[in-house]
Amino acid sequence: MNIESRIDQLLFAAIEEINEHLPAGQKIQAEKSTQLFGHRGVLDSLTLVNLIVVTEQKVQEALNVVITLADERAMSQKNSPFKSVESLANYIVLLVKEKTN
Amino acid sequence: MLITGSRKGIGRNLVEYYIEKGYVIYGCSREAADYSYPGYHHYCLDVADEQKVRQMFAELLKSQGRLDILINNAGIASMNHALLTPVATVQKIFSTNVVGSFLFAREAAKVMMKRKTGRIVNFATVATPMKLAGEAIYASSKAAIVTLTQILAREFADYNITVNAVGPTPVLTDLIRSVPQDKMDALLRQQAIHRFGEFSDITNVIDFFIRPESDFVTGQVLYLEE
Repeated sequence: MNIESRIDQLLFAAIEEINEHLPAGQKIQAEKSTQLFGHRGVLDSLTLVNLIVVTEQKVQEALNVVITLADERAMSQKNSPFKSVESLANYIVLLVKEKTN
Repeated sequence: MLITGSRKGIGRNLVEYYIEKGYVIYGCSREAADYSYPGYHHYCLDVADEQKVRQMFAELLKSQGRLDILINNAGIASMNHALLTPVATVQKIFSTNVVGSFLFAREAAKVMMKRKTGRIVNFATVATPMKLAGEAIYASSKAAIVTLTQILAREFADYNITVNAVGPTPVLTDLIRSVPQDKMDALLRQQAIHRFGEFSDITNVIDFFIRPESDFVTGQVLYLEE
């Protein structure tokens, strides 16, 4: 499995874990096209915090790579990594590749 | 339970006290511990080293699967006149006392939030409300701990994690060994009860903060004397 697919898998697993605590109707669709935060985003700020924490933990557990998703770099990106599942997955791949290469 | 600064002083006493009560304890300090107990795991690290602290929590989570209590005990002091205090000392004190406490609280909360319960106890000091001359940097760093405690209490409340602080009077440990006797005597005279703090004074407060019935007690700073 390539790193992109593995990250998708971990991110979807993180979403499933977050969904366990969300009421019906507010659950996050585990799809690449799901808009997460910002205009048309489905997450409130606290749920985004939870998703980031759980995702970082899953990446660390599965790949033994420590990443920090919400740092100054993420905040200064022209396109926010937290906009959608796809943008978040791409950002994680970028960070993991930087840490492992 | 995780106790920072556990090699000596109050930290070591806390390890012995809570081991006796049956807790599995993770501890840390810059140097190796010269003691061991069944159920005690020691890590050598700087509490402000983000990568090493995150690694410690990853290993704790992997082996224990949970963390119920964090006692943010690690702290350093340096009594000196402000005019004679180098910036390097200021940075060192803030790094250990503030950055270290924040980092451990943050990582602990990440573990505790999974089970939606947890207790974090920080260490403040009476030097802050007493505004002790010679303690400008130490007392300021602990003033930051007070604010940190109060705001983390709000941010972590969603996960049923309480955050409180105990503010001890001087307890005879290495931390105050370099403080002149006349300064200590003057300090004790300012207290309502004129004696050094005992280790049991501290555990009495920590026991209160961590008991299950204290789940509605958060954001509190309990000074043992003022």
